Amino acid sequence: MPDMSAIVNPQQRQFNPYAENGGTILAIAGADFTVIAGDTRQSEGYSIQTRYAPKVFRLTDRAVLAVNGFAADGNMFVKKVKQRLEWYRHAHAKDMPLRAIARLIQTMLYAQRFFPYYVYNILGGIEEDGTGAVYSFDPVGSYERETCRAAGAAQSLVQPFLDNQIYFKNQTAAQGSPHPAHLPLPDVLSIVIDSFTSATERHIEVGDGLEMYIVLARGRTLPDAVAGLRPQELPSAGGEKVFVLKRDLKKD
Amino acid sequence: MSAFHSTKPGFDFSNANRNAFLEGKGVKMPKATSTGTTIVGCLFKDGIVLGADTRATAGEIVADKNCEKIHYISESIRCCGAGTAADTEFITALISSNIELHALSTGRKPRVVTAMTMLKQRLFQHQGHIGAALVLGGVDATGAHLFTVAPHGSTDKLPYVTMGSGSLAAMAVFESGWRPNLERAEALQLVVAAISAGIFNDLGSGSNVDACVITATETEMLRNYVMPNVRVEKERKYGFRRGTTAWTREKVRDLIVSEEIRPIAVIAGGEEMDTS
Repeated sequence: MPDMSAIVNPQQRQFNPYAENGGTILAIAGADFTVIAGDTRQSEGYSIQTRYAPKVFRLTDRAVLAVNGFAADGNMFVKKVKQRLEWYRHAHAKDMPLRAIARLIQTMLYAQRFFPYYVYNILGGIEEDGTGAVYSFDPVGSYERETCRAAGAAQSLVQPFLDNQIYFKNQTAAQGSPHPAHLPLPDVLSIVIDSFTSATERHIEVGDGLEMYIVLARGRTLPDAVAGLRPQELPSAGGEKVFVLKRDLKKD
Repeated sequence: MSAFHSTKPGFDFSNANRNAFLEGKGVKMPKATSTGTTIVGCLFKDGIVLGADTRATAGEIVADKNCEKIHYISESIRCCGAGTAADTEFITALISSNIELHALSTGRKPRVVTAMTMLKQRLFQHQGHIGAALVLGGVDATGAHLFTVAPHGSTDKLPYVTMGSGSLAAMAVFESGWRPNLERAEALQLVVAAISAGIFNDLGSGSNVDACVITATETEMLRNYVMPNVRVEKERKYGFRRGTTAWTREKVRDLIVSEEIRPIAVIAGGEEMDTS
């Protein structure tokens, strides 16, 4: 006699292919540079899976991508973007421009409209006109160019801080000295560091380590205040320069 | 008399049906502060060492970076609380109060089993709705005792115990390091290692280590015994220039009220005011 109970009392089973792996990413564009940063903790629930899982990846000499959300999807997505950029290099003998990478990411995300990559992307780098740029995406490909953006677990803690410190929201300027459109690199770096140390204090999924990528426009050099922090320079073909700056964050 | 103004003792359940209805309609209920928590206790040669971390969370947000989770029951009985912060604080305060009255009426120092029994009976009565997971320890006339009390009221009596979300991390330390008849310093060191395991490996636990050493002669509360997570100095100063906040309207009010007092002459033949 076959088991008829499943027909009489239908039961629903579900497999959830997604996970949420915590962490936070952030990018700020300057006039001729961009900083892209992320913490390195990867967690699930109350457990730390690893204290060092990079969320920020260099794509080209002038493009850096930060990926946050479901780590497995994030890693796979970065892998596929890098593959498409390599194909582009082989076909055109040059790196894809930043705004084109942004459009490529949109297309790749929307291709998965009904089984999305469960990730928030922030793309940072230097445009062809030499300006710093940040592009932020939702999981299905809606995107926008901005000056700054935070995403991930502590977005709700960090974005309001950035709105206030970068966009000068809710701050009236002093008579005769309007707010600057872009901050210099040392100021941006300290705001990034303070964002992450503060998010670490109040969000349980943020911590362990901080990785900051600095992309400098063609012909620009690091200010002394930043060079003193001894950032690691990544090899590039000349032109734009990419540096990595690492910091420890609290591990509790 | 309406339920709202009821003077009956105990919990007021008059909003339970309304809240269940609202929740069914999809209204978000407020989050209780939970002490994600690592709490431990261990027996040693002369008594008990209790330990706790100091992080309180509301979901994934840290609500309090330095809260106290080792609660007073009596001079030589203390209780660590994990779970819903309010429940651990109230159940602990209530039993502490009843233990004091009990000690007064019996004229004896209270026993740990007495506190344990009062706690488990109260928790069982409420069928797990009082979300308190406790580590109860102390020294009384019958010796040193260590218990865990689960939210539904079940209890365990063991030489070393852990509770809360960091209980597995902490128990791993105890399982590898605990042995009978530890010295005071060794036991304290073990408790610090157990709590630290919770602080660093469990996201629900964090900040500092609180400890409490209870012996027959004295109780030592070691608040913030180790502080391995001091905040680093910020890179920038975030003071705002005077005049930063925009305003729509300005109104200056004189706060000094001046009054002129003029005595009124008493009318002849009129009734005098009673000023007594």
